[in-house]
Amino acid sequence: MTPKFKAQAGTFESSDIMVLIEPVAEGSGRQVDISSTVMLQFEEDLKTCINQVLDVMEIENVHLIAKDKGALTPTIKARVETAVKRSLGIQEGTL
Amino acid sequence: MKNALGVEIPEYIEGLGELQPYQGVWKSIIEDEVPSTNISRTLKAKKAHTSKFCDSLEEAIKKCEPFDGMTVTCHHHLRGGDGVLMQTIEILDKMGIKDITLASSSLTSAHDGLVPYVENGMITKIFSSGIRGRLGEIISMGKLKHPAIIHSHGGRVRDFLTGRIKPDLSVLAASAADEEGNSTGSHGPSAFGSMGYADIDARYSKNVIVVTDNIVEYPCVPSTVRQHFVDHVVKVDSIGDASKIASGTTRITSSPMDLRIARIGATVIEHSGLFKDGMSFQVGAGGASLAVAKFLREDMKRKNIQGSFMIGGVTSYGVDMLEEGLFKAIFDVQSFDAAVSTSVLNNPKHVEITCDQYANPNNCGAMTNKLDVVVLGALEVDVDFNVNVITGSSGEIRGASGGHSDTASGANLSVIVCPSFRGRLPIIMDRVHTVVTPGESVDVIVTERGVCVNPAKPNLAAALKKAGVKVVDIRDLKKEVDSMTGVPAKKELGDKIVALVEYRDGTIIDVIKNVTNLE
Repeated sequence: MTPKFKAQAGTFESSDIMVLIEPVAEGSGRQVDISSTVMLQFEEDLKTCINQVLDVMEIENVHLIAKDKGALTPTIKARVETAVKRSLGIQEGTL
Repeated sequence: MKNALGVEIPEYIEGLGELQPYQGVWKSIIEDEVPSTNISRTLKAKKAHTSKFCDSLEEAIKKCEPFDGMTVTCHHHLRGGDGVLMQTIEILDKMGIKDITLASSSLTSAHDGLVPYVENGMITKIFSSGIRGRLGEIISMGKLKHPAIIHSHGGRVRDFLTGRIKPDLSVLAASAADEEGNSTGSHGPSAFGSMGYADIDARYSKNVIVVTDNIVEYPCVPSTVRQHFVDHVVKVDSIGDASKIASGTTRITSSPMDLRIARIGATVIEHSGLFKDGMSFQVGAGGASLAVAKFLREDMKRKNIQGSFMIGGVTSYGVDMLEEGLFKAIFDVQSFDAAVSTSVLNNPKHVEITCDQYANPNNCGAMTNKLDVVVLGALEVDVDFNVNVITGSSGEIRGASGGHSDTASGANLSVIVCPSFRGRLPIIMDRVHTVVTPGESVDVIVTERGVCVNPAKPNLAAALKKAGVKVVDIRDLKKEVDSMTGVPAKKELGDKIVALVEYRDGTIIDVIKNVTNLE
């Protein structure tokens, strides 16, 4: 699937992650930009975790920007999933 | 050579001399021993009815005949509002003085201005109980010529008495002073409370300048630093940023996490066997640590307990507890908020003490040795109960040793309160980045997920379990936390020693290596 709308999920609070999604043209692939307060300690882990969610949701063309303030894995997964769903227009009951 | 914690300590460091390895909390303290090095104070006579007034700090410093390689000392009672230390360094720089050893009792956010003077080699050595901000970063990057020495509050006094720190010039800020230099922090527009750290500087420095924005008619009473130690007196327009010097009252945290940890911490104290009439108590001023006082206050009222004394690090919260009669006295080496000054000035049960009396390990009456319970914070702890309060998660210098190791060593019960992880970084490590307080002097670590009791205190663990406290093995708790946060990638530190952590007895407990990945 390919995101249709700009979307976001999360906050800039400590222990949360802000995930922004920008639609890109079909065929331009995945671009994931991560900044994090724990980049030194968890860079690989963040990349893997975000890409796993994108894999499961079959998102191949997307620009995802993640600004992390030390979120735990379940938080990261939930925020990415919600942002993607919003960008697809399939998230119900929220913004 | 290796110290008792297995840390490789150099035998000699250029500019600092020979080093002694840490051997254990009480190993080097020999009762009634007179140390071989014992510095006497400098005598400096003046004739009758002469004036000590100087028109400017510059003039006063010139009279002290500054020289290359000198040691300059200050106190940090002005906290983040201090304007005096920077003025002093700027004046010395203008006079072309180089190779300065700076020995302030601590360094705060007000001292980032020191960065260029460290980088250009004007300041080549630093002794301090704390280093923060950009200054901490550049020292971590190895920009200071000789390794910085991080000492405890009590250790600083011992450093003066044994000649480790030999002060040539001490510039001491006061919120009120008279023409002879009798001075205090307890009143005046910039009142900051206790002036306890400045006492040792005044007594032992070759040249003492008192700087104030508020000259009062002779005599200035009450006064802390007394006239027979003071060479020069200077009136300046400002000793710093009054809004940061006198920062209102300290509020109890509203963070649910900190409150939860504090509630558990207070319960630990209640069931420690020490919660009874005559208990003495010290608490830090930060988040969860101060919040323990809130719950302890409630518990003491509920159980009708009257404590003996509090020491600190005093906040207006402590003053409230004194006024309610929960404690008989406060011994105050350092006041944390403006509201405390009034109490220091007016309440005879609020006793200002010197840092020597507070925590010097080599005198015969340190208050920390009378402590029952102390509650302290931590940046990191480890499975051996060692505590780090100086370096951050990247190994950078960003904190303060303060009275942490002093109080932990003396207290019957030292309680560390900290979350089990902060922003995904686990707080419990296999080994902390830097040991400031050795596990031997730490009894309990309180987290929101459980309480870890030092295996050396099995009776305490049993008592807490019996009281329904969730006591967990620290290694099990570490596993639990790691499984939630993931295990952080190991970061490579360099192999250059940028700072030494001096234990309160003067031995070296840990070394801090340079950080290679700081911007």
